[in-house]
Amino acid sequence: MSAATETYYDRRGILQTLGRDGLIQIILILNTIVMLGPLVIMFFAAFKTNAQIFQSPFSIPDFSNVANLVKIWSETNFLRYLINSAIVTGSSIVLILTLGTMAAYGIARYNFRGSGFVLMFFVAGLTLPLKLAIIPLFILMRDLGILNTQLSLVIIYVAMGLPTTVFIMTGFIRTLPNELEDAARMDGASEPRIMWSIMLPLVRPALVISGIQNVVPIWNDFFFPLIFIQKDALKTLPQGLTTFMGEYTTDWGVLFAGLLLSSAPVILVYIVLSRQFINGMTAGAVK
Amino acid sequence: MARMTLSGIKKSFGTVDVLHGIDLEIADKEFIVFVGPSGCGKSTLLRLIAGLDTISGGEFRIEDRPMNEVAPSRRGIAMVFQSYALYPHMDVYENMAFGVRLMGLDRSEIDKRIDEASKMLKLDPLLKRKPRELSGGQRQRVAIGRALVRKPKVLLLDEPLSNLDAALRSDVRLEIARLHREIGGTTIYVTHDQVEAMTLADRIVVMNNGRVEQFGSPRELYERPANTFVATFIGSPRMALLDVARDGDSLGLAGSGSLKLPRLPGSEERELVLGVRPDALSVNTDTSAAGFRGTVVYTEYLGENTYVYVRLGDGTLISVRGSAGVDLRPDTPVVVGVAPEAVHYFSRSTRERLAA
Repeated sequence: MSAATETYYDRRGILQTLGRDGLIQIILILNTIVMLGPLVIMFFAAFKTNAQIFQSPFSIPDFSNVANLVKIWSETNFLRYLINSAIVTGSSIVLILTLGTMAAYGIARYNFRGSGFVLMFFVAGLTLPLKLAIIPLFILMRDLGILNTQLSLVIIYVAMGLPTTVFIMTGFIRTLPNELEDAARMDGASEPRIMWSIMLPLVRPALVISGIQNVVPIWNDFFFPLIFIQKDALKTLPQGLTTFMGEYTTDWGVLFAGLLLSSAPVILVYIVLSRQFINGMTAGAVK
Repeated sequence: MARMTLSGIKKSFGTVDVLHGIDLEIADKEFIVFVGPSGCGKSTLLRLIAGLDTISGGEFRIEDRPMNEVAPSRRGIAMVFQSYALYPHMDVYENMAFGVRLMGLDRSEIDKRIDEASKMLKLDPLLKRKPRELSGGQRQRVAIGRALVRKPKVLLLDEPLSNLDAALRSDVRLEIARLHREIGGTTIYVTHDQVEAMTLADRIVVMNNGRVEQFGSPRELYERPANTFVATFIGSPRMALLDVARDGDSLGLAGSGSLKLPRLPGSEERELVLGVRPDALSVNTDTSAAGFRGTVVYTEYLGENTYVYVRLGDGTLISVRGSAGVDLRPDTPVVVGVAPEAVHYFSRSTRERLAA
């Protein structure tokens, strides 16, 4: 036995070799690959023909081959679907943020009897899966005569988005110092002006969080349009894209090109707002 | 002109009474300081004057105009908050312009006022900065500037120095005193620091437990405190209060002997509180001298003078100011002498001042 024999305690574990940060880096890199993998495959497949997709799903395609994209644009109703999705998502988000912020502002900044109950009422909405209520909802929409209109979708989405938005915004607005409000009041600002000019600019990170948090599921939602919308001219993107999936054959290249184009807006929005999003996520934590 | 009258002002939050009827008459151009321990209601009173909270009872008038129901911005009052409360998303110029814009002044007038205020407060190089890019002292000046551009008749300051470091405090204190003279309005200043109160105020309102204990000039408060609370609150180190029993023209302190003092109060009360400030006391190692007997606990050498802490016979610990040369070991028996012209008498039962 030499003097240099390693004992169990001398052996360096993985944590010691890499350090805590190194380990975190590796986990993050693996996570990134898992997250980005499907996106990259989708991106590649959008430039391939059906045959190429099945022969070599991971190969880098010829990016000059934009036949799929051209086909999507010219031979399908893609543009119509895109516009529909934008209208439905856009108006839902505008309504969610406007109504949600106003409700949250009232709950957070004014003391009134039952404010706790109102907040609980909104938050209770979080526990309610609207999809379970699809049949009553269908009947309701039919009786209101708004089946097959975008309004039916917007109403559902606003109802779905409000609980989280009110919850997030209330928490945020509560953290704003009272003295700011008092200062504005001394300056002669009316209540709406205090909300608009003083408080809202300060909760922008929270607005972005609520916005993104709602945009993604609404933009991607397949279920409610499937039930409420039958007219092709009113279909949203996820619903419209299924028309490319035939019963017997599917043009995967075109489908992927459609997916690429439909996911692009949300990804762009996220990239543009990511800084605010991250700021907002950490704002409450680091103080 | 901004003469203010508060009569019977009350405030309660729910069932808790915070202010129990405050009566004050504040003259125009006065520098008034509200001082008191935390929780005494001084900030609440300031918020009532500002109009940020509603008055539960009593009446508040400015120049004989009832103000109870008037909106904060219409009272001719501006306020500097403890946390400054600058709008974080606006630069210095915008912070100052926000209020005057809402007053409906035209652009040139707004610019003129901001220019004036920023010159007075040396803010002109900072106008384009955001509050987070400013130091504590600069933020403070912006907060004052924001109040000044409104040209208020009354300026309210809520503990404006509490967020500044010690070195900056005395500078800003001088600055505030200078501003008060230059603006020529009424200033109300809230603090818990009696030194700030004494140095700044024309008149001080000493508050405790939602009541005014005394309202008067710094000199009045120091020389003729109305009760034991004011006596111990004003002046540093604190005034010593001794529970003495009167016997003819001498005062006896349990376990410390008795002392003859001239000009005892006229009242017939036997149980008195004798108040003496540290500088009216003296220590004497000659135990046969006149005074109260005690033992030295420790001495505090402060360069210019020395404070000797003495435990008297009834257990009271008092501080005595001595010259720098005094050096007494702990447990030395001493006699504490009292300068007869500088003593205060209070009733034991009411804690109120007794007239000589």
